[in-house]
Amino acid sequence: MMAIESDKVTADVVEVSEFPHIAQRYRIYAVPKIVIDETLEFEGARPEAAFVAAVESVAGGPAETEEGASSSGDGRRT
Amino acid sequence: MAILSDADRDYLSRLFAERLADPVKIRLYTQKLTQLSIPGYDCATCRETNELMEELASLSDKIELELLDFLQVRQQAAQEGITEIPAIVLEGKNKGKVRFIGVPAGYEFATLIEDLVDVSRGTTGLQPLSREILGKLARPVHIQVFVTPT
Repeated sequence: MMAIESDKVTADVVEVSEFPHIAQRYRIYAVPKIVIDETLEFEGARPEAAFVAAVESVAGGPAETEEGASSSGDGRRT
Repeated sequence: MAILSDADRDYLSRLFAERLADPVKIRLYTQKLTQLSIPGYDCATCRETNELMEELASLSDKIELELLDFLQVRQQAAQEGITEIPAIVLEGKNKGKVRFIGVPAGYEFATLIEDLVDVSRGTTGLQPLSREILGKLARPVHIQVFVTPT
């Protein structure tokens, strides 16, 4: 749904049992596993707000905002 | 032999008739059924995915299916970031890219149906705050959700 709402987002649902090399590369032992930009990952479903915050922590807040000026998007709501 | 049961087809036909707004394209990178098998390029779930998508597309004239032979359109696939097949790319009123890699079976089938409707309408059930945050993202971001069929 996030990719439907933002032109910045590419969202892939990957059926990993068909692609063992992907499972290996991303060390997938439990599903669902979410990987954001190869940098942030977590296992298990998250509430919407926490998921969006995680995406924001990787892709940044408003472009015009100075870094650190708005810390609401820290994304560490686990 | 159809993959979807008659009951499923009835249900989906009604759902599509009620909820699809604008046309949606399902672009499917796959292996064509007639293709000779090439060692190392066998696609275990392409046949099933092709059939499933053809059945889906037959249930609504708002769903268009574009079947692409992965090996013949490698450059286009690479440009889209498609490296595995079967791969489904949804095109409609979505702002970002929505893709399914591997056969969308089990729970993922329900996700695909939901996404077809959302992509057709250009709306989602996300909270207003979530939509606002997503609308302000500064950089492109790639979200991968790894699942298994259940």
